Amino acid sequence: MTPEHLHEPDLAIHVEDLTVSYGAKPALWDVDLDVPPGVMAAIVGPNGAGKSTLLKAILGLIRPTAGHVYLKGKPYREQRRKVGYVPQRSSVDWDFPTRVIDVVTMGLYGNLGWLRRPGKRERAQAEAALEQVGMAEYRDRQIAQLSGGQQQRTFLARALVQDADVLFLDEPMAGVDARSEAAILEVMRDLRSNGKTLLVVHHDLQTVRTTFDWMVLLNVRMIAQGPVDEVYTRENLHAAYGGNVALLDAPGVEPVGNGS
Amino acid sequence: MLALLGDYTLQTVALGAIILGVASGALGSFAVLRRQSLLGDALSHAALPGVALGFLIAGGRALPALLAGALATGVAAALTITLLQRRSRLKSDAAIGIALSVYFAVGVVLLSVVQRSAGAGQAGLETFLFGQAAAILRSDLGLMAGVATAALVLLVALWKEFELTSFDPVFAASLGLPVALLDAVMTAMIALAVVLGLQMVGVVLMSAMIVAPAVAARQWTNRLGLMVLLAAVFAALSGVLGALASASARGLATGPLIVLTLTVWTAISLTFAPNRGFVAAARRRRRVRHALRDRQVLALLDELAERHDDPNYASEQGLLDGYLGVKSGAALRALHEAGLVEQVRHRPEEGVHWRLTDAGREALAEPGHGVEAAHP
Repeated sequence: MTPEHLHEPDLAIHVEDLTVSYGAKPALWDVDLDVPPGVMAAIVGPNGAGKSTLLKAILGLIRPTAGHVYLKGKPYREQRRKVGYVPQRSSVDWDFPTRVIDVVTMGLYGNLGWLRRPGKRERAQAEAALEQVGMAEYRDRQIAQLSGGQQQRTFLARALVQDADVLFLDEPMAGVDARSEAAILEVMRDLRSNGKTLLVVHHDLQTVRTTFDWMVLLNVRMIAQGPVDEVYTRENLHAAYGGNVALLDAPGVEPVGNGS
Repeated sequence: MLALLGDYTLQTVALGAIILGVASGALGSFAVLRRQSLLGDALSHAALPGVALGFLIAGGRALPALLAGALATGVAAALTITLLQRRSRLKSDAAIGIALSVYFAVGVVLLSVVQRSAGAGQAGLETFLFGQAAAILRSDLGLMAGVATAALVLLVALWKEFELTSFDPVFAASLGLPVALLDAVMTAMIALAVVLGLQMVGVVLMSAMIVAPAVAARQWTNRLGLMVLLAAVFAALSGVLGALASASARGLATGPLIVLTLTVWTAISLTFAPNRGFVAAARRRRRVRHALRDRQVLALLDELAERHDDPNYASEQGLLDGYLGVKSGAALRALHEAGLVEQVRHRPEEGVHWRLTDAGREALAEPGHGVEAAHP
């Protein structure tokens, strides 16, 4: 193998000039994003800020109008095998005739290749992932019988079997019970301690500082990005959300850093 | 009836019905799971202009030409629908509706052109509207079986890809699977299944062969593989039964009888299937309602006992009725059977009194438990 030209190899995720438009209205406008490896990064912003769109554009699920995505120095297409994805729970029909173990095994279909079927090895990997998210006993459950939190953990297990370096999670904590939230958080922290990078669309501004160490504040344009303590400032939040964030006036939300 | 089984024509029709049923049942399962039930209808109506074109080009009623034509216009209709959805503001139901009626209208016009040029009655293409099973020849079976086998082999070979793109196309795309291509292949295969049924069932009723077996099969299983298998079996059995019914009552059209048999079985499946059937759902609802009612009675007994500062206080049944606004007799009987309440009779001239047992108090303290046990 000849050494190839790498673009920003020290960054887990490097996005340049990303612009996405649905029709005439841009959903993302000239977004530059840099995420160093080994952080748990939250994408935060108001409704319609393009949070999910950013995730999908990085994953190549939406064709951007302009822009490039590099993972660990290489274009996304070459790095697909190193990526895991947890889509929004509501994106599928949970009445589909399949079991929990089958859904988790689907995470391996990309590596399995054409014409090959999942066998004992794949089942064992899926079972280990279910164990990790605390869902081992639901192995043979029809997916329609799961609670929202269990559905989300099933999706997380499916991303775990992908054995990815960089994981993209779209609102993993939306509408889940406390027990599932704790289980999901624990898995996410474990992943980070193992050197994985996580980019998470997060809906809850209140918990960003306690949960994440990196923050991406988005509202169609990039507002601010960096360590949470530096980004979570009154000015930045105001710039992203406008004046109507009641939270801004709550006690204890004084600027912790000195945002630019 | 047994004598019928030796009938040469019937054998041919039954074999054709089995081939058609296996293909339409298996592939129809995917159409239904992808919420593309209407697509089958559009594909079959759009097959009509293809049949007429095939006749015109081949210059006669050669089955391979007719079926190739049907497949071509069916796929063209599918492309039209995709284009309308992507390039216009039309939602998928409107796009399918437009494509279906336009292609069908063109088909009917072409049919009359063929009829005039070929001389009255010679072409006989109008049988493709409602199907004419008796017109199927032994030699046609080979072609049908070949086409069906090819489609099923492809289905098995790409099983895990079709499974994943049907369940979660976005995730499939994130893995790098060619989702659009797989969708196109699946649509073409459904079009093939439709084409197989043109002679037997006809373009108007063919969509029932795609949708009904899958809907019935879904009622009986929660596994994709089993659902596809059951749908194939249901459709094939309905085909044979419909063919037998048609042969034993002279003059009744085979295609519609097959569809009716299938529909009856689908109705039975929707009503009586365990877990997913209407009856099971109604029973579940009633159980929940009763459990809630029982819990209400338990809570009331507990409250009255507390109000009287006597854990063993027994409340008169009439008093409970008054508090609840409904008769409590049925609930009390169920709770009594489960050992959660007990009867106390102070004096013979008074009404029945009830109080909680220890088990009843436990059940009340534990939400969602115990009370439901009275209604297994």
